[in-house]
Amino acid sequence: MSGYYQKEIETASREAIRALQSERLAATVRRVYENVPLYRQRMDEAGVSPDEIQSVDDLYKLPFTYKQDLRDTYPYGMFAVPLKDVVRLHASSGTTGKQIVVGYTQNDLELWADCCARALVAAGGSAEDIVHVSYGYGLFTGGLGMDAASKKLGATTVPVSSGNTNRQITILKDFGSTILCSTPSYALHLAEVLREGGATKDDISLKAGIFGAEPWTNEMRAQLEEQLGIKAFDIYGLTEIIGPGVAFECAEQTGMHVNEDHFIIEVIDPDTGDVLPEGTQGEIVFSCITKEAFPVLRYRTRDIGLITRKPCSCGRTLVKMTKPRGRTDDMLIVRGVNVFPSQIESVLLEQGYTANYRIVVDRSANVDSIEVEVEIGTELMSDTIRGLDKKEKALEEALRSLLGISARVRLLEPNSLERSLGKAVRVVDKRKLLD
Amino acid sequence: MVHQVSVFIQNQPGKLAALTQALAEGGVDIRALSIADTTDFGILRMLVSDIALTKSILEKQQYSVGITSVTVVAVPDEPGGLAKVLALLAEERIDIEYMYSLIGRGEDKAYMVFRISDEPKLLELLGQSGIATVTQEELGIC
Repeated sequence: MSGYYQKEIETASREAIRALQSERLAATVRRVYENVPLYRQRMDEAGVSPDEIQSVDDLYKLPFTYKQDLRDTYPYGMFAVPLKDVVRLHASSGTTGKQIVVGYTQNDLELWADCCARALVAAGGSAEDIVHVSYGYGLFTGGLGMDAASKKLGATTVPVSSGNTNRQITILKDFGSTILCSTPSYALHLAEVLREGGATKDDISLKAGIFGAEPWTNEMRAQLEEQLGIKAFDIYGLTEIIGPGVAFECAEQTGMHVNEDHFIIEVIDPDTGDVLPEGTQGEIVFSCITKEAFPVLRYRTRDIGLITRKPCSCGRTLVKMTKPRGRTDDMLIVRGVNVFPSQIESVLLEQGYTANYRIVVDRSANVDSIEVEVEIGTELMSDTIRGLDKKEKALEEALRSLLGISARVRLLEPNSLERSLGKAVRVVDKRKLLD
Repeated sequence: MVHQVSVFIQNQPGKLAALTQALAEGGVDIRALSIADTTDFGILRMLVSDIALTKSILEKQQYSVGITSVTVVAVPDEPGGLAKVLALLAEERIDIEYMYSLIGRGEDKAYMVFRISDEPKLLELLGQSGIATVTQEELGIC
């Protein structure tokens, strides 16, 4: 069994964790009430004063935070510290082109690195390892998040970032990378390119992979472990909370331990907002209790899952959450990028198309593809192929620039997409991502 | 100047049959027809006996319809007839978007439909070279 990165926290008694959470929650609530106008307003409206939040048991009294709140306060409205104390910004795309931006103080970056370092150690990592980070570096949290963790652990970091798969294969072989951090679909793609090049898992030195940023199944886990000769670990996170490292998997591979000293997890009924008991499936909600710059409280992740406090064979006492089992909204994750159908719709309308469209997501050779089928009206009609091609290309370019990934456009005759009487079927996801 | 009707159609079996059937039932005579296609879709281009009627029939059936101006050229119906016309266009560097031939023809002449981006220049050139064009009325199109 591998060790721990911060044993005293990772194996603390439930009582000790709860006491720590309560103290930190109370302090955070007081701080955001003082510094974030939106929280003061919401709490005043709900008739909750900061003094009423003394322990984890009082958490339910606080109002929820929604993604829309982060958009409405864009860019810095939710920051709880002056901008001079913020040393890093990250961003994630949102609907209708409006991204959300999150900030980190130096302390925030340190605790984030700790959270991800726990994941690396749980996957068997140590200062001896060579950590190959294939997540994108930049505004996306994946690359720099895992990079900082590897550095903090004292491992050798290979900041490959995303893309250029052949070069990644060469680096895996020549540098002897031992731990791979990427999206699971990209890892499968790497395995395939490796095989196509006539190499096998024996030609690389990987022993573990930490995969996240998109849903994946146990079937994919088996494939990854077989094809790359590794043990595959899940990691969970979202930009709004901190990025990767909100929860991480241990060698038991039956769920992800939540870093409860930094984040409180709740599972709620998405319709009523009521907190659900352990073992009941619902929407996952997180509260940040240590972050300084961007501490959201009771943030509705829209991910569906459940938690369990059954003792884990790894010895960690941190609560475990399941892999997300779906979403309460229509967000898609394509190549690790969050995509909302409404974003695509806004581009279509901007370019003069109707709202009669369908998004088809598929996966072939472990690479996600996204195709937008849209009906072409008389006003966009051209008598030349070139004219229609130009319209397709313009739309593809606009989608790529908004989503950050390429989408293929397919023009259809008017009225060829099925009209439904109720909610229109806008998305067809042919990938099998949930167990 | 002749008006052409273009229709967006998906590449699916039976599409063209259904469309031509609808025009037949409406009493539309198709004078010329060509199809340009890609893997996903095609553009059907037609010269028809009644443009307004055609447009209304097709739009009622939810097709996307465009009307474009094209030039119908009376090409001498003899070996090298078309080559001579095309050579003129090439000399003047006039790009042809597309062209197709008309069903039926005049005496000693074959009718070719040309879609050119710079139509006035084409007409001027044809006039100088003594090559006749055909009007919509002559084709019985209203």
